[in-house]
Amino acid sequence: MACINPDGTLTASAQMMLNALRTPATPVELAQRTERPLFRVRSTLRELAEAGLVEEHEGRYRLTAEGAARIQ
Amino acid sequence: MSNETAEAIRPVGLPRLNEPAPAFEAVTTHGVIRLSDYEGSWLILFSHPADFTPVCTTEFIAFAEIYPELQKRGVELLGLSIDSVYSHIAWVRNIEEKTGVKIPFPIIADLNKEVASLYGMIMPGESKTETSRCVFVIDPKGILRAMIYYPLTTGRNMQEILRLIDALQTSDAHKVATPANWKPGDKVIVPAPNTVEMAEERVKAGYECVDWYLCRRSL
Repeated sequence: MACINPDGTLTASAQMMLNALRTPATPVELAQRTERPLFRVRSTLRELAEAGLVEEHEGRYRLTAEGAARIQ
Repeated sequence: MSNETAEAIRPVGLPRLNEPAPAFEAVTTHGVIRLSDYEGSWLILFSHPADFTPVCTTEFIAFAEIYPELQKRGVELLGLSIDSVYSHIAWVRNIEEKTGVKIPFPIIADLNKEVASLYGMIMPGESKTETSRCVFVIDPKGILRAMIYYPLTTGRNMQEILRLIDALQTSDAHKVATPANWKPGDKVIVPAPNTVEMAEERVKAGYECVDWYLCRRSL
């Protein structure tokens, strides 16, 4: 996965996205916050959601308890 | 009929213009990406024959050079070849090390030829194991708008790709067509009238007309 290193630690991209999600946001808002292309944001959010670190509700993403605990 | 035989005679289809581009999910140098991740932006999906080959290397450097211009136009780039993601990573690192050019866009590792088959990128007459030099322009709604196919021997022209994007976006914005060799700033073609009444109105409309069916105007 692009977000999680083989040793289980999070990549810099994943950390950036979790930090940007301290306030829930849509993918478009996150692209603006992180200055990353929208396709990268969508791809990263999907992987973070599969890992249980973020969750989507009515188009907005927010941290799960586990995601909040992984923020460095 | 055995599966092997069915596979052997399955015709290789090409996607069609003005229809939804075939959906995919693929492993890339930037993680797993779906076509739908690009919804809302233009996308140039392009294939190259193989990593660590000379013409492809010049093309990748050239694509990287026009990437800022593409971004200004709301266009993303996505490469593809039938190589592993490890090969792609090694190649882009080698390009940066040897030439100083960083490849900023993802590359699909299409080892199972899934995306290549969906888009008809393999021309068996050229190579059964490599993708030809294909370019697919996909619009923000996921519609395939243009295709370019070049053979293995011939590197693509980046200025033509930029010109194509400019022409498509101009056509969309102004409901016009573009003539041969058009470039931004040139006059555009007013779409031909569909009825006699419209043809008569057209010649009175003040456009620069050769005849009722060929009228130009400035934007």
